Amino acid sequence: MAKVLMKGNEAIAEAAIKAGCRFFFGYPITPQNQIPEYMSKRMPQVGGCFLQAESEVSAINMVYGAAGAGARAMTSSSSPGISLKQEGISYAVGAELPLVVVNMVRGGPGLGSIQPAQSDYYQATRGGGHGDYRLPVFAPSSVQEAVELMATAFDVADKYRNPVMLLGDGMLGQIMEPVEMIQERSEPLPKKPWASGVPEKEGRSIINSLYINPDECEVHNYKLERKYQEITANEVRVQLIDTEGADILLVAYGTMARICQRAAKDAYKQLGLKVGLVRPITLWPYPYEALKNAAEQPSVKHVLSVEMSTGQMVDDVRLAVCGAKPVSFYGRTGGMVPTVKDILAKLSSIKEGM
Amino acid sequence: MAVVFKKTSMLTDVPFHYCPGCTHGIIHRLVAEVLEELGVGNDNIIGVAPVGCAVFAYNYFNCDMMEAAHGRAPAVATGIKRVHPDKLVFTYQGDGDLASIGAAEIVHAAARGEKITTIFVNNAIYGMTGGQMAPTSLPGQVTTTSPYGRDTSHCGYPVKVCEMLSQLDGPAYIQRVSVHDVKNVVAAKKAIRKAFEAQIAGKGFSLIEVLSTCPTNWGLPPQEALKWLEENMIPQFPLGVYKEI
Ligand SMILES: Cc1ncc(C[n+]2csc(CCOP(=O)(O)OP(=O)(O)O)c2C)c(N)n1
Ligand code: SF4
Repeated sequence: MAKVLMKGNEAIAEAAIKAGCRFFFGYPITPQNQIPEYMSKRMPQVGGCFLQAESEVSAINMVYGAAGAGARAMTSSSSPGISLKQEGISYAVGAELPLVVVNMVRGGPGLGSIQPAQSDYYQATRGGGHGDYRLPVFAPSSVQEAVELMATAFDVADKYRNPVMLLGDGMLGQIMEPVEMIQERSEPLPKKPWASGVPEKEGRSIINSLYINPDECEVHNYKLERKYQEITANEVRVQLIDTEGADILLVAYGTMARICQRAAKDAYKQLGLKVGLVRPITLWPYPYEALKNAAEQPSVKHVLSVEMSTGQMVDDVRLAVCGAKPVSFYGRTGGMVPTVKDILAKLSSIKEGM
Repeated sequence: MAVVFKKTSMLTDVPFHYCPGCTHGIIHRLVAEVLEELGVGNDNIIGVAPVGCAVFAYNYFNCDMMEAAHGRAPAVATGIKRVHPDKLVFTYQGDGDLASIGAAEIVHAAARGEKITTIFVNNAIYGMTGGQMAPTSLPGQVTTTSPYGRDTSHCGYPVKVCEMLSQLDGPAYIQRVSVHDVKNVVAAKKAIRKAFEAQIAGKGFSLIEVLSTCPTNWGLPPQEALKWLEENMIPQFPLGVYKEI
């Protein structure tokens, strides 16, 4: 298929439709507005439904209803709106509903800024809402990868009956890149005999997250936990770029990883350093194993986590490296983006101390 | 032997957990009987349970059921109805659920003319959490969070849901009924039927507010609770049809 120039947000919306999503509920917030706008135009053309909800709280609950009714459904928002969706996400996890949430992260806390950030990492990977739960989090670093992961996100959600998050940032949403759009899904969508109102359902369908007896709630939570172990075993995704024999490892995800990739190249020319890049594609489950193995190579002297935050993923980097090598952090926050020059300066200071 | 009375097939055999004398049970039965009598079949009905004393409604109504977060039932029902426009979709909600935490959801479902039916059980108190003040608690009403009586100069006035929603263009049928005596129970059932018929006819949003008792948290024996409802709630929440198109 020929490549077309598309804005990240629009490409993601089109990819969701190609993946069989026919129900979108959302509420405007910058920098993801082109997703609902695109959906409002496209959904009627494909026999789907776009509905602008009265709030993010309502939007996620509409998705809950649609997913419980057996449909591929999604919502998208940006940081403040994602905070409001946490209640619904927690309920959807409890009721085991497959759905997809896109977060085009912006600077926070509070109203923050509308520029790109990665400061919702904790919220995305540690559950976000109340209760013992996890959700798979995909972090694409290009528009091309985003459209491909959109289909994966729906498939993983259906496979495990769990919400899935696509975590981008303002840059990914706004950037225009050539993209080869994914093919329209040709296989039928998976059967959902547990869903309400579907022809294939087996008896009375009850979608619920209430287990009033604590022993039953514990049984339910352990059932979820087993699912998370299965996801951890099967769904970790990571890209390793020039990590073999590297002096220093950069760890970065999403658009930040692209800037780091450039910095790694320049570091060799400018500083004579061999810098490898570990790019987690799934932030949960986190690629602990791959990062650990890369960091334990004798050549590696230092691991540097680079983020658009004050340091959140670096916690996972430390967990992975587990004291084997020094770990440091570099980041900008509030919508400011570390530049190649900034990263090179940090690498240079690490080199001096090596 | 001739069967003279049979429990409706739209209720399961699970025993209700409601307190003795609570009218939630009557309202469940009315809704279930109407659903059965409409003859659409239980595979064509999807209900949404609230957070409140009726939280276990998913165990009682013999159709597909979803449990929603507190106040969010109209949004959940919206998602369901958009996926299954041919199914009968209803929410069953208390006054805390609908008129307080879920005020936005119900207003916008009504404004959109969402083709769902809401059974709104107004007992002027938060039953499940132990009798706190509700958005519908009466002026002067003593509750566990208004121990000196609801002081309107401090925390305002009861929310009148039927009056408010009937100002919108989306609703097709809105009526307030009560279940404090046989005559009113019969009238309530008729109203519930009309509301579902409005949905079937595709006319728009429909809501029946049912004035209901909470003997436990009102601190009254069931009989006196029925009387208290009649004498105190009806003047504050007048019965009648508020919207019919
Ligand atoms: C987000 C959230 N806030 C608060 C509660 C606690 N809670 C449970 S039921 C309820 C009030 C229910 O009152 P009402 O809707 O009037 O129904 P009733 O129990 O009287 O039938 C509250 C506040 C909750 N479950 N979730
Ligand atoms: S607490 Fe009140 S509303 Fe709840 S079941 Fe008991 S009497 Fe009914």
